[in-house]
Formats: sequence, C-alpha cells, structure tokens
Amino acid sequence: MEVVLYLIPISVFLGGLGLVAFFWTVRSKQYEDPEGDSQRILSDEWDDHPRP
Amino acid sequence: MSAAARPQLAACPACSTAPSPEQIAAMSEVKSGRIMLSLPEVHCAACIVAVERELAQTEGVQSARVNLTLKRVAIEADADITADDMIEVMRTIGYEAHELDSATIAATATNKSGRDLLMRLAVAGFAMMNVMLLSIAVWGGAADATRNLFHWISALIALPAVAFSAQPFFKSALSVLAVRRLNMDVPISLAILLASAMSVYETWLGGEHAYFDAALSLTFFLLAGRYLDHRTRAIARSAAEELAALEVPRADRLENGELISVAIADLEVGDLVRVKPGGRMPVDGVITEGQSELDRSLLTGETIPVFAGPETTVSAGEINLTGPLTIRVTAAGKDTSLHRMADLVAMAESSKNRYTSLADKAAGIYAPGVHLLSFIAFAGWMYATGGDVRMALNIAVAVLIITCPCALGLAVPAVTTAASGRLFKKGMLIKSSTALERLADVDTVVFDKTGTLTTGMPELTNYNDFGDQDLAIALALAAGSSHPLAQSIRTAATANGVTAATLTSISEVPGFGISALWNDKIVRLGRANWVGADALDQTATYLQIGDSPARAFTFTDSLRDGAAELVNAYKSQGFAMHLLSGDAPATVQALANKLGIEHWTAKATPTEKSEFIMGLAQSGNKVLMIGDGLNDTAALTAAHVSISPASALDAARVASDIVLLGTDMAPLGDAIDIARKAKRRILENFGVAVVYNMIAVPIALFGFATPLIAALAMSASSITVSLNALRLR
Repeated sequence: MEVVLYLIPISVFLGGLGLVAFFWTVRSKQYEDPEGDSQRILSDEWDDHPRP
Repeated sequence: MSAAARPQLAACPACSTAPSPEQIAAMSEVKSGRIMLSLPEVHCAACIVAVERELAQTEGVQSARVNLTLKRVAIEADADITADDMIEVMRTIGYEAHELDSATIAATATNKSGRDLLMRLAVAGFAMMNVMLLSIAVWGGAADATRNLFHWISALIALPAVAFSAQPFFKSALSVLAVRRLNMDVPISLAILLASAMSVYETWLGGEHAYFDAALSLTFFLLAGRYLDHRTRAIARSAAEELAALEVPRADRLENGELISVAIADLEVGDLVRVKPGGRMPVDGVITEGQSELDRSLLTGETIPVFAGPETTVSAGEINLTGPLTIRVTAAGKDTSLHRMADLVAMAESSKNRYTSLADKAAGIYAPGVHLLSFIAFAGWMYATGGDVRMALNIAVAVLIITCPCALGLAVPAVTTAASGRLFKKGMLIKSSTALERLADVDTVVFDKTGTLTTGMPELTNYNDFGDQDLAIALALAAGSSHPLAQSIRTAATANGVTAATLTSISEVPGFGISALWNDKIVRLGRANWVGADALDQTATYLQIGDSPARAFTFTDSLRDGAAELVNAYKSQGFAMHLLSGDAPATVQALANKLGIEHWTAKATPTEKSEFIMGLAQSGNKVLMIGDGLNDTAALTAAHVSISPASALDAARVASDIVLLGTDMAPLGDAIDIARKAKRRILENFGVAVVYNMIAVPIALFGFATPLIAALAMSASSITVSLNALRLR
C-alpha cells in the first residue's frame, strides 16, 4: 500500500497540470469564438506555413 | 433560483444592457485604432478568409480578425482609417457591414464575469473528481490509518477549492443577509460551509464520515447552473449591445456655412442642423429652411407623410423624406420628446418588476423550510441522545446537504438555456430572464400596425386603373425621387415591364412633388393640393397630365413577411387578438379584415394604447404586446410580456422582453408554445426535486445518511433534471 504515497501526489499533480492548462486557454481567450474556430480548419489559408 | 441569487440593481433588466445614445456618443470620443464592424452575412470558412484577406491587403490595416460566433470583425488600423472606409472595403467584396461602437462593446464586461465563473467551475470540477476518487476508496472499505490519510488529503484539496469556487454563493448570501432577507444562496452557503467545517472536525477526531466530496459536488453542480444562466444572458446581452451600438448618433451641424459632423450629445439649443432626405431627426426643433415631407409613423403610427416647411415643428425620431431641411434646435439630448418618452417608460412601474419568477417563489418556500428542518433535526437528536452535540450536528449537516437544492439550482437555468437556444435559432432574442415564464401565461395578443404587422412601405393598389401611357409618364416622373410613394410606383411599373416616357426639364419641388414637360404639356406627380385635386382619406399621390383633372394612385401599407401566418397560428391556438394603431380608421379596418383580426382600434394615442392594455390586465388577461414604434413603448412596458422587431426604435427595443431579429414574423407563432413547454419542464423539474427530497429527507432525519448516499442522490437528481431540460431541443 505504500505505493499510494507516490501515486496520489502524482495523480493530483497531473490533474493540476490539466487545470493550469485550462486556465491558460481561458485567459488567452480561446473560447471567444467556438463557431469560427470550427470553421477555420476548413480554410487552406495557412496550410504551408504557420501565421507569421 | 437564478434571479434570487443576484439582487437586481438596475431598474429593469434591459436598462443595464442598452446604453442611451448620449452615453454611446460620449464613449465614442475615446479614439483608438480599433474598429469593430458588424457583419450580419458572414457564415462560413470561405467568408472568414475572404474578409480577413481583403482587410489585410488594405493599406493602413495592421490586422483583422473575424468572430463568427458574434458575426463581427475587429480591425486594428492606423488612426487615420475610419470605419466608413472599412465599410466601403467590405461592400466591394459583397458584405453588408455596420459600424459598431467599440467603446460600448468594451464597456460592458460580459465576458469577464463569464470567464471568472468558468474558472471557478473548473476548479470545483477538478477538486471534486480527485476527492471523489479518494472517497470511493473509503466507501470501498479503507479503514483506520488509510481512511484518515485519505480524509486529510481530501481536506487539503477541498478546502482551498471551496474557498475559491464557492465565493459567488458566499457573496450573494452575505449581500441579502445584510438587508435581512433570505435567498437560495443562504442555505447553499450554509451547507457548503458547515459540511466542510464538520468534515474537518470529524477528520481531526478520526471519524468515519467526511463530506468533502458532497461540499465540492454541491459547489460544482450549482456553479454549472449559474454558468448556464450567465451564458444565456450574455448571448442576449451582446446582441442587445450590438443593436444599441448600431445607431451611431451623429448629426450635421451648420457652422459658418460649413457642415460639421458632431455627436448628438454636443448639440445645444439654438444650433442649426442639416437633415438630409432619408435622415432621422436627431433633435426637437423648428424648420428654418427647406421644404419636405415627414414620415411620423415611428412616433404616431400615421402612414401618410405630412408636409413640412419653414416654421413647422419637428420631433426627434421623425424621418425626413424628400428635401434637405435646416433645423434650429429647440431641445437636445435629455429634453427631446423622444427622450422624455423613453424616460416615461423607465419610470412606469411595469408588470415585469412586479412579477415573481418561479425560481423566486420556490426559493421563498424552500430556504426557510430547509433551515427549519435541519434545526429540528439538531434539536430532536440533542433531545433523543441526551445532549450528544457531535452526533446531532452531524445529522443536522447531513440534512442540510441532502436537502440542498442541486436539482433546484439546475431546474430553471437548464431549461431556459435549452429554450432560449431554440428561440435564438428561430431568430428571437430573450432579453429578460423571466420573459419565458411570462410568455407562457399569455392569453391575449395585441398588435401594433405600422412597422409591426406591416412594413411601413407603401404598396400600389390601383395599378390597373391606369393606361400604359399614364404609367410611362408616372414612371419617368417617379424615377428621380427617393420618396417612398414614388419608389413604390417605380417598383410596380418596372415589374410590369413599363418603359419610362421621355420627359424634359424634370424638377422636384421638395415637399410637393415632381413636375416635367411631356410633349410640351406640363405633367405633375405629387400632393393633392399641389396638382389641384381633392385629397382622399388614404395614402395617395396624384398624377396630372396637361389640363386634364388629376388622378390618384392609392397605396396600402404592405404586409410584413409572415404576418398572415402569425395571425393564423395564434388564431388556431385560441388567443384573443386586438389590433391597436395610431393610423386612420380606413387603413386599420382594411388590415384587420384582411388578416381576420376581430377587434381593432384606430387613432390611438400612446396613452390610450397603454390604458387599453392596463384595462385588459385589470380584467385578468395576460397580454402579449407586439409593437415597434415610440408610440408603443408605454404599451410595451404595461403589457405582461412584449416583443419588438429589430427594426424598431431603440426605445421600443429597450421596453420589450424579446427582440425578433429577422424580418419574417412567422417564427413568433411557435414562441408561446415553446415558452409553455419550457414552463412545464421547469415545473416537472421542481417535481423531481420534491420527490427526491421526500425520499432522502427522512433518511437523513433518522440518521441513516452517509456520504455515499448523499453523493448518489445529488448526482442522480442533477442528471435527471438536466436530461429533462434537454427534451426541449
């Protein structure tokens, strides 16, 4: 059972990482235009190289 | 529960959403290189690319980004680029664009509070899942040291998470307690706080039951309800902002013979203002120069344009039809008749403020009941156990948690989200949070005529009375004018393949009509007294050829798309209908007969309109008012619930609960039905909550509740309620 002493902190840490990532997506306004984002993948505008 | 949760500070729900033109004007003084345009027509990936590429290639534009959800584009550009330039660029590639006041949009921080709620929701969800994992181990049989360790880790995750996530409930509970009242957030806060505190105490003593997971799932489910509620209203608000921002309030002031564009807020009494044909009067005033005709339909409902010349008084909101007018300002800003009427509306105590939402009613019974119940549990167990405080407190907390209104918290927002989403897809925008419930009560519908059931655009009725030659002359005369009657003749004649006669020396006499020479005879098209005819009691213009007597082209107001379907739909659903108009009796009666509306009233003043509605309300009817004009605003406010089309004046839109975005009226036919279904779902959801409490409360009262039972009951009821709401789609 000693293994939980490692596993629990690790699982909480990994979950926390996900939470931080979610915070970042909210802060950087990635949920402002869900409809537009779903359409943008259909455009071939920046297919060759990323937007400068 | 949503309405009970946040005490309403604004006088009416719409007041906070729609800034007055003066505010907009004041805000637009802040100059920045940022331009916002509304693009109602963008809808696909190709549109996004086309718009962004075109703008990026325009000189002076640094970047442009389309937001498809809001149908807007935000442009970063050099300071000398104006919105008009950008609108022009959009027009060249075929997109209709309107300037939006970026200051207005930025000033309303809808997104900020939404983002805040979303973060709290995420934290609560994250913590809930982690603690739930540990709890499952405890329920699965972990004992002694392992159980204690798991409880301590749970506490470590749960306490900070609750402190952060549950803040909206704490704040709201404190604010109502400060004014010595109760709302749903009081039992919620109490349950969350007591559950956390009790669990820490139990963990400290190495006890068996800790309710950390319950405290967190409570927070999570309730926050989810609150977030749904917020999002529904944020969508409505952003569209309301957009409508308000569309009317960029500027006027052309005459200064030393030059026209200078200024904000309406800067106009003062005595200034001279030029109003172009087709323009709306920005202020109250007196005409000093020029002749024209005025369309007063938005203020009075009259469809026949009135003649205007020097010394005629004009009111803000009237539309100048034919000639340019110079106006001396007699009242500006807050003193204009338009503004006074809007103020009247704001002051009138509306039935909406008196309406108690279902959620508030439920909270009114629920909150005291819950407190009483858990107090009884505490007192009862103190007596039964002979003073075992720990035991009694444990049971009282279990009762609070079990009764805590997860299902109630989701019951209303889940349904309104689904219903407003469905109405939004049909082109209706719900502005007020209780509008759906009120719409469900409706049994009587009152329509305005001009601009609501009709488009306010005249349609030629006696086309066949004229010969080809007459029509050819009329078409040639009408071709040069922007007057709505002339345009209507033009449309009718061109549609029938008439070619214009050849005329010479055409001249328009603003306010009177058009004259020209045809085969050396004078031909004229215009007002009755100008061509020497007797005026008819309906909208008409008169054609005179040479010396022969003038003949009248008569017009009727053309029906709005879907108006007939709408009236039929309401008739088949059994609503009583009234037509209430400020227009002349002949036209009102004709329309009522055409649509089959039995009751009609003509020549109604704004006061008569609102008194009529209040009369209906006093005899126990729940009235839905559909109107668009300034003369309807008082009636819209007095009605139980009100709808206005997007083309309405902003004062009317502010006064109404629902805005119809498209031009087609037919979607309104389903609105009441959807609202009734929504109300039924809300009541069913309350039923679910009650049934669940009837089972769970005795269990808790007799001390059999465990954290596992609490978690199961809470999740089951929340999911049932959400699924029931989804049936609306």
